[in-house]
Amino acid sequence: MMKRPDALRAIANLAPDEIVVATYSSAFDWMVIRPHPLNYVHVGAMGLASSHGLGLALGRPDRKVIVLDGDGSLLMNLSTLVTISNVAPENLAYFVCENGTYEANGSHPIPGQGTTDFCTMARGAGWPVVAQYDELTGFTGALPSILATRGPVFTSIKVEPGATVGPANYEHIHGAAARAAFRECLTPNRRRAE
Amino acid sequence: MSTNLLNDVEPLSGSRITSSLKAAGITHVLSVPDISTSDGLLWPVSRDPAFKLIRVCKEDEAIGIATGLWATGTRSVVLIQNTGFFYALNAIRVLAMEYEQPICLLIGLLLKEPDKPPQNSARYGVRLVPPVLDALGLSYSTIDTNEQADGIAAGLNSAYCHSRPHAFLLGRSPVA
Repeated sequence: MMKRPDALRAIANLAPDEIVVATYSSAFDWMVIRPHPLNYVHVGAMGLASSHGLGLALGRPDRKVIVLDGDGSLLMNLSTLVTISNVAPENLAYFVCENGTYEANGSHPIPGQGTTDFCTMARGAGWPVVAQYDELTGFTGALPSILATRGPVFTSIKVEPGATVGPANYEHIHGAAARAAFRECLTPNRRRAE
Repeated sequence: MSTNLLNDVEPLSGSRITSSLKAAGITHVLSVPDISTSDGLLWPVSRDPAFKLIRVCKEDEAIGIATGLWATGTRSVVLIQNTGFFYALNAIRVLAMEYEQPICLLIGLLLKEPDKPPQNSARYGVRLVPPVLDALGLSYSTIDTNEQADGIAAGLNSAYCHSRPHAFLLGRSPVA
């Protein structure tokens, strides 16, 4: 198993300026590891990170869109696997950090902890590229290929629960400033164009 | 309005609705099928190259997708049934209302009586829609005539220009 911050650092090294949708615990770590206006952390409702990511990928097919989800969040929106595979955005790379817990909500175990196989679900939903990594060296070695492969790509990362580096900054992820910074960075001339 | 009078009313035109969507720059339609809008609106949208139809599995996904699209400057509408509106309430609560995103909903009112406003419907799931929208603070328009369908474009433009959500309640089944 990996520590989530180590896995996220590996992604950050290869994605310094990409659009990254991150949710809850992954978002808190990600904001510390890669502070950037293109961090899309204002997902709002738990489970919808991948849906936001799909919208971003459709709206900006010229940009790579990376989603950093959690297993508890994915469980809240399992049908997204079918919706995304049906739309098949080539620029979407989806990562689910599997720690088996609702870490942002008291670290209770997720239903199916240790038995649920998200990769099998993704394959069954029609994702063309699916892989799982449970140690950092293999993950780091595969990352260039994961990010270069035509999507949608589903990657499960097995991580230890509890290893975090970022404070639970809910004020930021729900605040208007993060949303405005993202918009301004992605579409700087938009206000004048509307 | 009596049923007899209603028989004289021009049918609600799906093409008048899609013309409004195009006039407002809508390029993406996010939808779960609804029998009350299927033949007159969703099937025509699915065949119209001006629109990219995203078929979602459940309605809250559409709220997230619409928010992501708008973050790139892309305009969309969410075409769902009143039952799906209730399903997506938490996503609407946070993304449309708290985050003030221009989520635009076209809501088919399943089995609404055409001679009654939705709040007077005998069907609980229909008459509950307006008070729930009021409780959310989400503005809405009822669409029963083609003149009202023409006004959808202005409603959409206003929603997107002011970054606020709006719901259009389709009180009659549009015809293709």
